[in-house]
Amino acid sequence: MRLKMQLSTKHLLGIRALTREDIELILSTAEQFKDVLQRPVKKVPSLRDVTIVNLFYENSTRTRISFELAEKRLSADTINFTASGSSVSKGETLLDTVNNILSMKVDMVVMRHSASGAPHFLAQHIPAAIVNAGDGINEHPTQGLLDALSMKQALGTLEGIRVAIIGDIMHSRVAMSNIYLLKKMGAEVMVAGPPTLIPPYIQEAFGVKVVYKVREALEWCDVANVLRIQLERQSQPLFSSLREYNLAYGVSRRLLDGLKKDIFIMHPGPINRGVELDSDVADSGHSLILQQVENGVAVRMAVLYLLAGKN
Amino acid sequence: MARIILDPDQLKLTIQRLAHQLTEDGLDVKQTVFIGIQPRGIKFADRVVDQIRKLLPGQKVQYGKLDITFYRDDVRDGIHLPNQTSIDFSIEGKTVILIDDVLYTGRTIRSALDALQDFGRPARVALCALIDRRFSRELPIQPDFCGKTIDSIVSQRVIVEWEHERVVLHEGAGA
Repeated sequence: MRLKMQLSTKHLLGIRALTREDIELILSTAEQFKDVLQRPVKKVPSLRDVTIVNLFYENSTRTRISFELAEKRLSADTINFTASGSSVSKGETLLDTVNNILSMKVDMVVMRHSASGAPHFLAQHIPAAIVNAGDGINEHPTQGLLDALSMKQALGTLEGIRVAIIGDIMHSRVAMSNIYLLKKMGAEVMVAGPPTLIPPYIQEAFGVKVVYKVREALEWCDVANVLRIQLERQSQPLFSSLREYNLAYGVSRRLLDGLKKDIFIMHPGPINRGVELDSDVADSGHSLILQQVENGVAVRMAVLYLLAGKN
Repeated sequence: MARIILDPDQLKLTIQRLAHQLTEDGLDVKQTVFIGIQPRGIKFADRVVDQIRKLLPGQKVQYGKLDITFYRDDVRDGIHLPNQTSIDFSIEGKTVILIDDVLYTGRTIRSALDALQDFGRPARVALCALIDRRFSRELPIQPDFCGKTIDSIVSQRVIVEWEHERVVLHEGAGA
């Protein structure tokens, strides 16, 4: 297979805007960066003259650290911005904040925002390349890509594999990016969870299977991507209690032992241990969770590297 | 218009000669490693190392492949896709023989020297090139072992056509 030389887009706003070739290019470049991360010196000078600002309007630990590490491994200069403690609290608008930062000659913006579409808005107004690090309940493209890389490494391919996304689909940008990506790459997708956390239109809109019993999803799939219950995004309770959620929809060792096959378990983190995922599953040999974190740095290096040439 | 610089017989002879040169002067194979530069230097390096192995039967010749994509200095001018790097031995304190097919501006070798630093600190690095385009250099880099030196202008291209086992000088834009 011959890969094309560059991405079809200047920004990474979501998986929806990427082509299958874009995804293949990012994943294959990420695999080469993964090799770099195994070396004694884990740094390359590719982005030596590129300045990147990490603009985080919403809390994040692993995504922010992962992007920061990816930038440092590529030798880029980085600025970190968090909304709390900044002039945002004095009433400065998003566009003003970004324009001020860009005046300091920044080439790329990595942005997380609680409002869906915030990076798309910026992309229309500023010249820098924008990487969406999660916008509201819309998309989290680098998470989708690193999930895909982890699945590809575990199963050898994405074509035809069966992936069950389990839990809070309604509020999950990870679910959206995973669905877009997996469907584009020829995988089969099923979503499972409480009816109140699964959008009613999802089957017609995205061509994914829907079940409301976690056991059924586990019996069907090769990989179970278990999502976090996002209590902070629920304006009213959508299930009775965490305890009951765990009993009805949690992925437990007992459930997995009841299957007639082995499946891989993934979780984008942070895990609510004992709620959506039990500890003995999260830490088991079939868990890809730590590989996901490791792949995150390589995937983000690939995205930043491939977008840097588009300036 | 194209002109053959090395025909199949000359190419074969050149590779044999280079292998002899590399193994002369009491080469300590335990202290020497051979590294081909991705992607186009590899086919040449494969042949040179193959010859060296024939000249030194029973001895372990260490051979790796180095990709320099992430060490290039022109990322802003366009993205280059990476190739595989496989160096599964230490280069610390060793003599490294870098092998590439065509030495042109010297920028590839500059990147390779940079990349090598990330794998360790070699005692010495030498360069073996099949073709040296000697009047096109942009950096002060010269080969230690050279198959053929040619004088060419920027608009010409030198292509090693492995499918026909020959080296050809093409006229036309785009060096």
